[in-house]
Amino acid sequence: MTGVALPSETNAVPGALDGVRVIEWGSFVSAPWCGRLLADMGAEVIKLEPPGQGDASRRSGPFPSPAPDPERSGLFLYVNINKQGITLDPSQAAGREILERLLDSADVFLENQPVSLTRELGLEYEALKERHPRLIVTSLSPYGRSGPYQDYRGYDLTVNAASGLSFGTGHPHREPLTTPLYQANFLAGAGAAFATTVALLARDFTGRGQLVDVAESQVGGVLLSGYHLPTFIYRGVAGWRAGNRMHLGLFPNCVLPCKDGYICIDAPQLEQYQRFLALLGDQAWFQEPRYRDRRAMSEQYPDEAEALIAPWFMQRTKQEILQICVEHRIPCVPVRTFDEVLEEPQLESRSYFHTLDHPEAGPWQYPGPPFRYSATPCRIIRPAPTLGQHNDEVLVHELGLTGERLAVLSREGVI
Amino acid sequence: MSFLPLSPFRVVDFGTAWAGPMAASLLADLGAQVIKVESRVRMDGLRLGRPLVGEDIAGGDRGLWPELQPAFHSLNRNKLGITLDMKTADGLRLVRELIACSDVVTNNFSPGVLERLGLDYPQLRKLRPDIILVSMPAVGETGPLRDTLAYAPIIQALSGLMGVVGYQDEDRLVGELQAPWSDAVAGVHGALAAVAALWRRQRTGQGQFVEVSQLEATAASLGQAMLGFQMTGVVPRPQGNFDPAFAPHGNYPCAGDDKWVAIAVATENEWRGLCRAMGNPGWAASPEFRSHADRVQNHAELDNYLASWTSQMEAGELTQLLQRHGVAAMPVMNIEDQFLDPHWQQRQAFADVEHPRAGAVWLYGTPWLFSNTPGGVRTPAPLLGQHNALVLGELLGVPEDELARLAAEQVIY
Repeated sequence: MTGVALPSETNAVPGALDGVRVIEWGSFVSAPWCGRLLADMGAEVIKLEPPGQGDASRRSGPFPSPAPDPERSGLFLYVNINKQGITLDPSQAAGREILERLLDSADVFLENQPVSLTRELGLEYEALKERHPRLIVTSLSPYGRSGPYQDYRGYDLTVNAASGLSFGTGHPHREPLTTPLYQANFLAGAGAAFATTVALLARDFTGRGQLVDVAESQVGGVLLSGYHLPTFIYRGVAGWRAGNRMHLGLFPNCVLPCKDGYICIDAPQLEQYQRFLALLGDQAWFQEPRYRDRRAMSEQYPDEAEALIAPWFMQRTKQEILQICVEHRIPCVPVRTFDEVLEEPQLESRSYFHTLDHPEAGPWQYPGPPFRYSATPCRIIRPAPTLGQHNDEVLVHELGLTGERLAVLSREGVI
Repeated sequence: MSFLPLSPFRVVDFGTAWAGPMAASLLADLGAQVIKVESRVRMDGLRLGRPLVGEDIAGGDRGLWPELQPAFHSLNRNKLGITLDMKTADGLRLVRELIACSDVVTNNFSPGVLERLGLDYPQLRKLRPDIILVSMPAVGETGPLRDTLAYAPIIQALSGLMGVVGYQDEDRLVGELQAPWSDAVAGVHGALAAVAALWRRQRTGQGQFVEVSQLEATAASLGQAMLGFQMTGVVPRPQGNFDPAFAPHGNYPCAGDDKWVAIAVATENEWRGLCRAMGNPGWAASPEFRSHADRVQNHAELDNYLASWTSQMEAGELTQLLQRHGVAAMPVMNIEDQFLDPHWQQRQAFADVEHPRAGAVWLYGTPWLFSNTPGGVRTPAPLLGQHNALVLGELLGVPEDELARLAAEQVIY
């Protein structure tokens, strides 16, 4: 078992993607999260931010104080760990030339700018490949770079809507709910990291870069359609909302209140269900035919079925239920709130959380990278960059711009 | 056909249900030769259940229709399938021979299963020094909850995600997503771990063991909520469709049964576009909606006004109108909407393939589009044991009479 290497520790062991250089022109979540995952695995990621205001996520919370502070956004701090940050406006000629020079030594150009913008600026793969034939361009956008909606505006809400996730979330009689906490964007970012790494492997064999076109709404829409697609094709059922329960499958599969919160039970296998029933004692309803058809209980009269087991949960706390269900091998756990997640013994026992000190925002506890490599551990080498923190390092020391030139570009709003 | 980027690699897939098979299917889509190892002794749970056609649900639940299971087709396309009982000495020997000529082994077994089979990483290394083992346990190979039985909703509950799925104006939690969210998250992360380890191996010749806990992968996408609690001391609770960075921000009713349109407005330009699209109604000019902060403050009232406008029009029509005015809008699509949508069709979100028992089946497509080395659906999910002769006979060189003996002894089963 290998934990995460932190800044205070030695980083002598290279990460899995050590040697890969990524230029990220990312905004908000999808591309930045992709860059973050690649960086955790050892890639060197240089992030471009708009001069002045920075990445949009700097204006999104959560913040430690009531007033927004671009250096203290929890979202920005989290999705930009391990990156170097420079300010650059590639829509100006001088900024464009600096970007081209950065791309000369890069393996991946990662962006989620509006499709029309990268097209207008000549910063799409087709335009970049002549000067950078080995460059992989990973482009994330709400709906993708092809098809009738390629130029449509989108945010996480519309991405969730197009992905089909929203339609199924919520009560049948109420409006659909989007997934919380920009989850469709996080999943798209992880998918883009996979596709980018595949493109890096492909380049070993073809010698060429390529465009990796990732539609944020397509990732969730495709990967989560495994049940819905055949249900529609073969049964003509196009979708449903079912509130606190999973509509398809075998009872019990639902979220129910308990003494001090909620639990989730999902016990499809007969032995699991029987072990659960054994906990309830000897109930008269066990013998009624109506309550022996678990599929009908789940799909046809779930309210009634849930009412049979609800009292057992209401008499117990989350912790009691967890202990009993772990002991009796029943898939039933507390619905954790985030304060509880931070103290979850399971995660603590594996050193999942680490403290990282940011020069402006201070020390906070962050969840760890989700990979544990035996030979090339993930590493956390630096907190998220402050705005323009690495301008000198990258532009002066690496590209050789003079201090005077830097001052001019800064005045012109290029950096 | 263009070069399939993972075609140089062979993967042994011990995955069952969703997370493990999905990781391997993402590799197979891009050309990896994935060999799914299963057995009638204990079938993959996704081979059980209500069959695609016919009404023999009870029989399906007992495993009588293993080739007609809907989700199985999507999650196991492009794979070869063999049936071996690994509890027999011969079965285990053949699996070890297969691993010795493979690059990657993927699994989502419970902790300890590989060890009991003698197939944990130290053992695999002896078979093949540069092997890459990707394990995707539910919560982890270690820790007090390591033996917890977990399906996707259980992982979502433990991660904190489930606790913020609900309406802002209701006390009762919704929680469920009607889709195996954590499986998809784990599947993508497992596939990513495999290709990143391959990238490293191409350079150093070194294999390794990668553990991707489904819980840890799910929770890693929720970091800002954990920071938020530390920063504010406030425990995040369900926000419904409310997001203070936007107003309006919601799914609004449209003409028709259960039809909705998603509308999100963040900037002044977008707000003015929305007003123009609505024909600049009087209410939109009132002081309570003047600034973004006003609109956030009075979002409930704003939602009511907007809903009364949207409910008279169709979602597709509204989307076009609003997008013409620079406003982010999309129909809240169900699978029928997606399946028939020209945009998703053009991007091949779904693919059909001819299956020997089920006929033409529709599957999810490959969600990332590569300009030079595209993936895709080439072959249907394997029938039980469909490739026994190919893999055990041709690849491993087991003679035909030996194969017959192993089948008779239910080693190949």
